[in-house]
Amino acid sequence: MRRLPTHAVLLVILVAAAGLWPLAAQNQNPQPEIELVIGGDGSSPPRYAVPDFVAASPDAAEMAKTISQVLWDDLGFEREFYLIPRDTYSTIPAARAPEQVPFASWRELGADAVFFGSVQRSGDKVVVQVRLFNVRTRQQVFSKEYGGTASNPRLYAHTIADEVHLQQRALRGVARTKLTFVSDRNRERLLGPIDNREVKEIYISDYDGANQRRVTTTRQLNLNPSWSPDANAVAYSSYRNLTPQIFVSLIYQGLLENVTKNVGSNFMPVFSPDGTRIAFVSNRDGNTEVYVMNRDGSNVRRLTNHAAYEMTPTWSPNGAQIAFTSDRSGNPQVYIMNAADGSNVRRLTVSESEADRATWSPAPFNEIAYSGRTSGAGFDIKIYELATGTVRQITFGEGSNESPAYAPNGKHLAFTSTRAGGKQVFTIGRDGRGLKQLTRSGNNQTPAWSQ
Amino acid sequence: MISSRGLGIALAFICLVAAPACSRRDKPVVTPQPAPVAEAPPPVTPPPPPPRGAQRVEDLQPAPLSEDSVSNRSLDELNRDSPLRPAFFPLDSSDLDDSGRSVVTSNVEVLKKYPQWVVTIEGHCDERGTAEYNLALGERRASAVKTYMVSLGIAPDRLRTVSYGKEFPFDPAHSEDAWSKNRRAHFVITAK
Repeated sequence: MRRLPTHAVLLVILVAAAGLWPLAAQNQNPQPEIELVIGGDGSSPPRYAVPDFVAASPDAAEMAKTISQVLWDDLGFEREFYLIPRDTYSTIPAARAPEQVPFASWRELGADAVFFGSVQRSGDKVVVQVRLFNVRTRQQVFSKEYGGTASNPRLYAHTIADEVHLQQRALRGVARTKLTFVSDRNRERLLGPIDNREVKEIYISDYDGANQRRVTTTRQLNLNPSWSPDANAVAYSSYRNLTPQIFVSLIYQGLLENVTKNVGSNFMPVFSPDGTRIAFVSNRDGNTEVYVMNRDGSNVRRLTNHAAYEMTPTWSPNGAQIAFTSDRSGNPQVYIMNAADGSNVRRLTVSESEADRATWSPAPFNEIAYSGRTSGAGFDIKIYELATGTVRQITFGEGSNESPAYAPNGKHLAFTSTRAGGKQVFTIGRDGRGLKQLTRSGNNQTPAWSQ
Repeated sequence: MISSRGLGIALAFICLVAAPACSRRDKPVVTPQPAPVAEAPPPVTPPPPPPRGAQRVEDLQPAPLSEDSVSNRSLDELNRDSPLRPAFFPLDSSDLDDSGRSVVTSNVEVLKKYPQWVVTIEGHCDERGTAEYNLALGERRASAVKTYMVSLGIAPDRLRTVSYGKEFPFDPAHSEDAWSKNRRAHFVITAK
């Protein structure tokens, strides 16, 4: 392992949930003449190269390859950079040390930025070093060392990608965020007297669909999961007590709480942006209405009061408003109201025959995505821009596309589509580009994205 | 295929045309009067099986129940071959039509015969609305059936409602035929 330069600032910040901590950051006080942000040629995004990280110990080879490939994927996902395909690097000599990076060769390949990384492993302990160089100036613009375990190599890549996006583009990358969704992949039969019903359980995965893990083992129907803002809990609606109730599952502690306490049927929980409240749908007063309660189930307040259906709430980023679906006009449409008392109701969607499952974008975008009917049996994802009232369509009739959910930086949406057969979870850019299928096993639906 | 219900109806018909044989012995034998029909003579042979349209009407009659065959069955067995039949709904509607009301009425008769039964009414939908909207529609379907059953004299505390939206289609195909089977209220006996 290379010795750390003496001016390295040692950090002992423990990132608890990740189990990963930066050991050193060398660019805290960059020399003034170094331009940290790597530009492109002015008209196109900067071109990045991510060659294989060096295995600094024999058993680190596989991890090194995984980390560099995942880093390439992560950096490509945000589409802030152009990622030069990794299979074009073969003519460029591999560097064993940062001093050996062949800048001339990378420049010939058209790279503006190139990584040098190394992975050292001893048993379960791993140290990953990474540097980012400006190919033209040959200056190092980013350098960090991470230590942790060997259990999840992808997390090193995700962490590097998020930090590079932050430093180079002032962008909150989503590489360390997670999704939660519903899946029937287990092919287990529902408990109870009815044959031929497959259970649907709550799953979580990384933002890119890796590490899909089952959260619930109820052998029942579980629906509409959503994340708490701290990403430590998933709220969902479960039929384990026969009628659907809202459960909050502290997924890293194995703790579970039935917060609606078997009062009526309760669906579609969504945490307020500050995490203190949950908006949900209930028929406890005889009709399907939108309610808000404290996170622990106390202080239940009814926000809507109408003979039609009111459902599918979503919070505005500052928590002051809630968008929801109502069929008071004769078919489902998206409305907005004040979150405090349900006042100031106004209809948002006016050009749709049906619109449902609104999801409010985070800043800096000011828009609401929803599924709108576009054919007899099909929906497409559309986005309503609040400032202008204009609507743009994101999917175009490939299967039915429903249940959009924004990524925390607002640049992407996860949604359910039937385009690949069955129901599967996909992600797509808010500009309609970069479609990606995340699930393939069984049916998977209603994704929600962690903060 | 002849169902036991069809057989029962056929026997009842034979009994009707051979009325003397079915009457009690101690009654005086009466010569049958010709049917008071002016236009046509009474049929001398059993009529052909009813056309397909008539089958629906027969289906609306509850299966004959005997104490032995119903009371002794477990909940699982009862629900696997349930005396309570599903009621179907029109597209995007929670209104019971005539045939839906007939089915619910016959289910009410069964519940009156077994007053200890508690039933969960499940509201289901076809796949054409969104998953979210269908949870509300299923809720409304189940509750419309409950309201009707209560109006026919069933105590509300014997009836629970739950919506499954479009999560559990009866027929997973993507056709008008499948959709019409999936828009339903399904009855599950949860206690006896």
